Amino acid sequence: MSQPESAVADAQAGGRSGQEPLAKLAKRYGLRRAIARPRFPVYVRQLWQRRHFILTYATSRNVTKYSSSALGQLWQVLTPLLNAAIYFLMFGVILGGSKDIQNYPAFLLTGMFIFTFTQRTVTAGAKSISSNLSMIRALHFPRASLPLAYTIQELQQLAISMGVLLSLVVATQEWPTWHWLMIPVVLALQTMFNVGAGLVVARLGATMRDLNQLLPFITRTWLYASGVFFSIQDKVVEAAQLPQWVANVMYLNPAASFIEWMREILIKTHNPEFGHHPPPMVWMSCVFWAVFALGFGFWYFWRSEERYGRG
Amino acid sequence: MAELTKELSQVKGDKPADPGKDVRVHPNPEPPGKRPLDVPTGTPTVIVDDLHIVYRVYGAASDNEKGNAVNALTRILKRQGRPQMKEVHAVKGVTFVAYHGDAIGIVGRNGSGKSTLLRAIAGLLPPHKGAVYTDGQPSLLGVNAALMRELTGERNIVLGCYAMGMTPAEVREKYQEIVDFSGIDEFVQLPMSTYSSGMGARLRFAISSAKTHDVLLIDEALATGDREFRKKSEERIRQIRESAGTVFLVAHDLRVIEETCNRVIWLHKGKIKMDGDPKEVISAYNKG
Repeated sequence: MSQPESAVADAQAGGRSGQEPLAKLAKRYGLRRAIARPRFPVYVRQLWQRRHFILTYATSRNVTKYSSSALGQLWQVLTPLLNAAIYFLMFGVILGGSKDIQNYPAFLLTGMFIFTFTQRTVTAGAKSISSNLSMIRALHFPRASLPLAYTIQELQQLAISMGVLLSLVVATQEWPTWHWLMIPVVLALQTMFNVGAGLVVARLGATMRDLNQLLPFITRTWLYASGVFFSIQDKVVEAAQLPQWVANVMYLNPAASFIEWMREILIKTHNPEFGHHPPPMVWMSCVFWAVFALGFGFWYFWRSEERYGRG
Repeated sequence: MAELTKELSQVKGDKPADPGKDVRVHPNPEPPGKRPLDVPTGTPTVIVDDLHIVYRVYGAASDNEKGNAVNALTRILKRQGRPQMKEVHAVKGVTFVAYHGDAIGIVGRNGSGKSTLLRAIAGLLPPHKGAVYTDGQPSLLGVNAALMRELTGERNIVLGCYAMGMTPAEVREKYQEIVDFSGIDEFVQLPMSTYSSGMGARLRFAISSAKTHDVLLIDEALATGDREFRKKSEERIRQIRESAGTVFLVAHDLRVIEETCNRVIWLHKGKIKMDGDPKEVISAYNKG
């Protein structure tokens, strides 16, 4: 406050020197700082109160996404179908797939669709704060609403992709079993993980602008490490002669765990020694990642709540 | 009134060293008739204490640096700093106290920090230094950012109301009122991208003014729409002002400020140049 002009303004404004500090005046009248981070339980409650906004925002984004194309909402089904066709052409026909995997189309499609869900949520989450700065600078709401809305938008897309995936899997003669009832459980756990991961990258993306450029490379590396189009066990241990623990670590990465569990459910020839049940390591890894990511993601995002919007 | 006198005497009693001065910051207490009646005028609602706001702007590189990977690389190697990032010191040490029943106009040239100051009062921009203290939650009259052009007016009304924190019951209650006030009639079924600019502005104003606020911040909301709508919205603002504790108004139309405000702050390059009676400040502003 050494600028001469504001000193003049102060003098004009009646001169505050010699009076009580404004902070004390504010305290005496019970005024609070305009920017203050609510305590964590309060924050979660505020988020719950905003559930209608989060849902409406997610739905609105999905509605507007294809509004400029002639086929409109049909693209919600066409996009996963075309993706499936390309993956199958590339890995199933041209590269010849893998001889060791009996039902390769179902193996590949399951991996691809499950991985895409996480990949798209993380990519969208990274942009959720930085591309909504004008809204953050104009309205009050718990900022976690934005990454959450982006996750829910992807979840709505997933509902359609799953329909496509299940019909394609049935087309490869994997008939529905009672184990299909576990599908929503796996997807719920994966959604929990995605919410947490989305929150973490949302905070990172809000300050690190370069993350959006970097993410495609990170997710592609993740894609290759998650055994989407090959069996980790076959390639790492049997073909590359690496020790078993390398494969185990790869299976423990969240994307690989969710993919493995879903394959156990959908494909009867996948690890037949376990039946349709996942190996203990896989389902424990899934539960751990879901709980850990959700808890840590919310906490990590909340820690910086009052700083979003600064650009 | 008894409470008011008690509070005022308490205010004065706290500063025995300087008995002649009141906590009020502005020099010319305006005639009492201008204030809404029966509100304790001595109670501060917004205190801005030596506020500094620094924006980070990305992509603001100068011409000779633009879009050249080699330059970008040498810049990173030389300075280690973030490329293409510029800091804009938009508000540089603003201090004032606003009281119950105040309607404060903020004037200043483009880029003088008016909108930034409002956003900081609303608690939407974190202060770089200093602090803003408020009574209740100040809200900015500006739902625009949450609306989507591709959506119908109908969906936008719902989305906008939720974005302001309304419950589904409140949205149902206010929906018809918003449609009627905006006067867009059957266009409510069409996407907002098909609206004329006036219609869009009317709908946005209708949505954002549908909620009641403690401390209300209005940024250029009156500058749009035809004459009839302008009268309607001025009336609406008067209503809001009567129910709200304090109103801040940013407008380029000085006539609106002179009519609705009882105090004017003149911002110049992020600092307060003058603060006081609307007539005096505005005439000084017109001269400067």
